[in-house]
This record gives sequence, C-alpha cells and structure tokens, in this order.
Amino acid sequence: MHNKEIIALLLAGGQGSRLGVLTKNIAKPAVLYGGKYRIIDFSLSNCINSDIDTVGVLTQYQPLELNAHIGIGKPWDMDRINGGVTILSPYLKAEIGEWYKGTANAVFQNIHYVDKYSPKYVIILSGDHVYKMNYSQMLDFHKENNADATISVINVPWEEANRYGIMNTYENGKIYEFEEKPQNPKSNLASMGVYIFTWEVLKEYLIRDDQNSESAHDFGKNIIPLMLGEGRSMWAYKFNGYWRDVGTIQAYWESNMDLISRVPEFNLFDPAWKIYTPNPVKPAHYIGPTGSVKKSIVAEGCMIYGKVKNSVLFPGVYVSEGAEIVDSIVMSDSVIGSNTVINKCIIGEDAKIGSNVKMGIGENIPNELKPQLYDSGITVVGEKAVVPDGCQIGKNVVIDSYITEQEFPSLIIESAKSVLKGGETE
Amino acid sequence: MKSAMGIILTGGKNDRLRELAEMRSSTAVPIGGKYRVIDFVLSNMVNSGITNIGVLTQYSFRSLMDHLGSGKEWDLDRRNEGLFVFPPYLAGEHSGWYQGSADAMYHNITFLKRSYEEYVVVAQGNCVYKMLFDGMLDYHIRKNADITIAYRDMFDFPKEEISFMGVMQVDDNGKVTDFKEKHKNPESTICSMGIYILKRELLISLLEECISHGKYDFVKDVIINKLGSLNIYGYRFDGYWRNLSTINAYYRINMEMLNPEIRYQLFQQHGKVYTKVKDEPPAKYNEEAEVRNSIIADGCIIEGTVINSVLFCGVTIKRNAVVKDCIIMQDSVIEEDVDIESLIIDKNVYLSRGIKLKGMANFPITIGKNAVI
Repeated sequence: MHNKEIIALLLAGGQGSRLGVLTKNIAKPAVLYGGKYRIIDFSLSNCINSDIDTVGVLTQYQPLELNAHIGIGKPWDMDRINGGVTILSPYLKAEIGEWYKGTANAVFQNIHYVDKYSPKYVIILSGDHVYKMNYSQMLDFHKENNADATISVINVPWEEANRYGIMNTYENGKIYEFEEKPQNPKSNLASMGVYIFTWEVLKEYLIRDDQNSESAHDFGKNIIPLMLGEGRSMWAYKFNGYWRDVGTIQAYWESNMDLISRVPEFNLFDPAWKIYTPNPVKPAHYIGPTGSVKKSIVAEGCMIYGKVKNSVLFPGVYVSEGAEIVDSIVMSDSVIGSNTVINKCIIGEDAKIGSNVKMGIGENIPNELKPQLYDSGITVVGEKAVVPDGCQIGKNVVIDSYITEQEFPSLIIESAKSVLKGGETE
Repeated sequence: MKSAMGIILTGGKNDRLRELAEMRSSTAVPIGGKYRVIDFVLSNMVNSGITNIGVLTQYSFRSLMDHLGSGKEWDLDRRNEGLFVFPPYLAGEHSGWYQGSADAMYHNITFLKRSYEEYVVVAQGNCVYKMLFDGMLDYHIRKNADITIAYRDMFDFPKEEISFMGVMQVDDNGKVTDFKEKHKNPESTICSMGIYILKRELLISLLEECISHGKYDFVKDVIINKLGSLNIYGYRFDGYWRNLSTINAYYRINMEMLNPEIRYQLFQQHGKVYTKVKDEPPAKYNEEAEVRNSIIADGCIIEGTVINSVLFCGVTIKRNAVVKDCIIMQDSVIEEDVDIESLIIDKNVYLSRGIKLKGMANFPITIGKNAVI
C-alpha cells in the first residue's frame, strides 16, 4: 500500500431531521440538489478536484440510497486500485458492536482504515453542505503554519452567528477560542465543519477522547476545545465562496433557487471545477409545442407540455399540458397532471400529482404539527406520494411519502395541515 | 440471449453525409441531443442480452473508438467477453485496410472462432431504431433458416433515398426471393435493415469461401450470391427504423425525434439507449427563453428563442437569438441577435452577433466543426 499524504473522511451519517419528510427515508447527504446532484456530490467532487483520491465515507442513518449512489466511486474517478472511495459503516468487533456515538467516535472507530494509508494529514468533511472548495490550498495553509489542526471558517451575518460554532482568532488566523453557538459572539467566523488535522496528533486525541466517559465524542464539542485548551497550534482558514448548510426546508429551497439567477454566485457550469454525479440513462429533455420554460433548471429525460417558471426540475419529470409550476423544486420522475398549478412546493421523487390540483394556495401559517420545520410557506410532498385529481392544498402542508389517494382525508387540505401515513396523529 | 454474439459493421466513407462524416465514421455522428448513431444498435444488442460484441471499424474510427472506450456505458466492460473493437491492422500479407464488410469480418475471424455462441447477429451500425433481437432469432429458428434478414417497408421514406439501400422481395412464406443493392430504380419499398442472423459456424465457412474467391462484400458476395442455394428468410419489422444514408436523412431523423410517438418508440420501448455522457449540469433557462417543440441536452444555457430544434450538450443560445428547425451540436455558441433556420451546426461552432442564415428543410445548410462565423 502506497502512503498517501492526505486522505479524507467524509461524515455522512447525519439524518438532517430539520429537512422533515425529505430525509424520512434517506440521509441528508443523499438529498437531491440542483436538478441532478445529491448533496454529498459536492464534498466528493471537491476531494477529487483537490487531488484527494482516498475517501472514507462514514454512513449510519438510512445508508441504502447513499451506498447505491456512491457505489465504487466511478463518477468521481475514485475507482482506484490504491485508495479510492470506501464506505465505512458501523460494525461489530470481537465482543462489542456499536453505532457511531459522535463524529469523533466515528473517526475513532476507523483509525485502522486511516492507518492503512499512513497519511501525514487527514481532512474531516461533512456530507451536509453545498460548496466548491479547493482543499489543497487549505492543506498548504496548514503546512505553512505547522498547524496541528486547521479549521475552515466563513463569515456569517452577525445576527446569525449564535447559530454556529464560532472561532475567535488573532489577526494572523491563529485560533485562541472556540465557542459553540455563543449568546454574545465575539467574531462572525463560523466553522464550516471542514477540518485538517495532522494525523499523528488527531489519533492521540481520539484515543484519549474515547477513554473519557463524560465526552460526547464530538469534534466541535470535545476534540477542538480539548486541543485548544492544551495549547495546540490551531488555525482558521478563511473561505470566501458560496457555502450553504441547506439544513432546513427554507435554506434548501433558497439554495436551489440561488442556482436559477442569471449568473449564479454558485456556478455549476465551471469547467475547471466540475461537480460529478452518476448520470441518469435518459434522453435529452423535451419541451413540447405547448410547453414553456423560463428562469429554471431542467434535467435530462423531462417532458414539458406545461409552463415552468423559477423552478428546478430533476431528471424524468413529466409536466402535462396546462400545468403551471412556479417557484418549486420537482424531483426525479415525478408526474404533474394537466391543468395543475403548483406554487412554491417541493415535490419528492416519483410523486404523482393529479390533474386540476392546486398546491401552495391560501394563508401562510406554520404547520400545526411541526411548526419549527414547516413555517416558510413551502409545501412539501414526500417521495412516491400520490395527490388525487382536483385536490386543493394550502401552504406549509406536508404530504407524507408513499401516501395513496385513498389516504387523503378530503380534497381540501388547508394551510398548516399534514397528510401522514396512519393519519394525522403520528 | 446468451446463445448469440454480435457483430457491428461501421462501413466505409459516406460522402452523402458531407461535413458530418468527414472526420468521423458515420456511426459516430452525433444524433438526438446526446447520442451517437451506433448507440442504438449497441443498446439493442445489450438489451437483447448479447454480451459478446465486436465492432469492425474502418473509416476514420478515432472518434468512434473514443466514444466506445472500454464499453463501460453499455455495461460491456466484462471480465469475459464484452466489447471488442477491431480497427484495420497490418500483419503478414494483410495490407491493412479492409476491402469490404466480408473482408473486415474475415480478418477478425479468430474472434468468431474463439467465441462459443451458436448464433451471430450481424448489424449495420448506422441505423436508428429500437428492436430486441430475441423475436428475430426465434423466427430464424422456427423457419429453419440459414440466414434471416430483417426488413421494413420504407413507404414513409423518400423514393430517391431508397436507391441507396438494399431492396428485397419476400414471398408469402417469408423467403427472400430477390435482393438488389443500391439499385437506381428500386422495384419495391421493402428494404433490408442490414441486420442478419445466422449460425456462427455457417458465417465462418461463408466468409472463408467468399475470401478464397477473391470477393470482399458481405451483402453482394455472400447474401446475394447465396440467394439460390441457401434458405434466406426475411423478418418483418414495423417499428421506427431509419438509415443514416444522406445528410437529408440525418436532418429528418433528428426532426422526427421531436414526434412524441417516435420518441416513445426510441427511448421508452424495448429498454434504454445507453451512451457515453459528459458530466454537465442540467440545462439552464433564463428569463427571456422561449422554447417550443425542441430537444435540449444538459449543459445548455438558453436566453433566446428555440423552435423545432435539437440542441446537444453545452450549447449556448444568447439573448434575442432565434433558432428554428436547427440541429446544433455540442458546445456551440449562438450569439445575440442571430437568426437561423434549417441549419446543421457541428460541434464547437461560434456564430457571432447578428448573423442571419437560412437553409431549407429539404436542403439544410451544414456548418463544419470548430467554424467561427
């Protein structure tokens, strides 16, 4: 086995529970994004574009879709003899078998995977974010500073700083303090969840952390503060590009909508920094004689006979004649019936919306069952759901995945209501 | 259909395709927004369960080789069998270029000899159609035929283009009674689709006999020559089938793909069409885009008007440009205020601001690769 200078560990075990029905059956990194991609494609593509060809992907929550998506890493050119992509799921050891208890524990449990390549450095990534970043520049920065750890940071608006892990640094970028979700932030440099460690140092901390039964085994909560407390050389690397957590329904919707502006800040057309994903086997899309598309993204295999505006359509979506889709995200292979009007909705994969349906109408009041999740006026339909003909659906409504026509309580679903498997009591 | 192997003939130079096939085999001509012509026959074979496929290449095969690669996209990168590409070679007395389709097969007869499948499907690579070969093989066995040729009534094809094809006569029992190639005044519209099924052993002996008599053409010297002595049957196909015989046919096939019924036959029936894909983001439409009855591939950016057209990967249509009845290949850029109609634009062409150019539906203008106008 050749040694690698740096290898990546991609933490893809998060549920992303604030994405509600979108992550009911898949992990957050597997959620579709931008008309073609899944969120994890950005970290994986960043790796290969930064010359990192060895990536361990740590999965835990609902890994099926994610594992199938990554496969042997072919789309990212990571089907390698030495290195490449490896899925690292929790496993049974001689006497004990356990789930990953935290981000640091997940890496701890895979020390032997890292050691196989004897890397000088490891980069810890999260599969939850959309951004394009050259990790090799961050590695150079790490080496220049002779750092033990380098944490990538981004300026966030001051009023939002209390939602992030905030790095307080000296002028030269050296970190002197880390505050998790501070009430009164002293800086607006938020951690992006991208860390480079000198492996030898990290390994020692992971082993010590494992022995501490008080620890939550989390990078942000335990490892970073402990290292700082012991005076390790830790640096903040400032990133200036587009970076989004897309952790809520609204953030997810907004970030997809960012892509349809004339010259988006987050440009997926850049030939020098391509984002890779498995390509669907579908013909180029077709706009029919009655179709019209404006300010939108449309993927392969779509057939459009209706009107599409300010929207993102994933592969294989069928829009019938007379239908109108505005300000919405429609995921792969969904069918929109004739004369149906869809306004500010997210439609999951393979959903069937009947004819003469109206979605996203009425008052904008937060969802009754989960007001903290669905409060931005966006109505969400889960995967493989069927919405009956003539249905009228309000704002902040959730239609559960796999819902059938028969499970609709009525043809009028008012704003803030939910149509769930097994009734609204769930 | 593990009992059959496949051979794809990619033919010689086709001047009737003009600029499009100047630097590429006619089977490698881009079509339908993201495909190359050969994708259809290759996918048909794969969808029929054929996993041992040889592609015989002769004329300008670089772009074809580049497209086929290891056969990964067709799931043909196999440990055993899979995809084999046979360009001409020099060895011993062999002079290099193949002198005909039979000669091409004969020079790769080792491929036939060391395969173990009982039957061979020999098919032209320059046709657009979806067909599973299972039914044809069943028919071949049921008829106890020596050779079975697929045919189609080309009543819906211009008469003058039928003269570039093989015209057959088939009796009530399905037996082929007459076969004339590229006849000036074709007597019927029953055309050979260039698909043949026969036993592998029979193909080997026919090829050996043909070459030993100094003949090199599979259709003329094997099929037509053996009409009297072998049991040759015709297998009727009624679906969509087109041969890339001329530039007009090429233009028409692309335009026919805008028809929903034909799209259904080509892309939804009888399995998928596989091809090598570029990693492009989905197409992006800006505010001013007006697109109707068109095929648009990934990576396009559209700000102008596009009507009845086929746009390949990465095409840019700028503001106020009007594109009507056009085929525009990969990475071409159509600048602001351009007004074009009935054009075939090859890869990577740049049409600068304000250009107006009109061809005719029955005489489209072709603009060659990398041109800047």
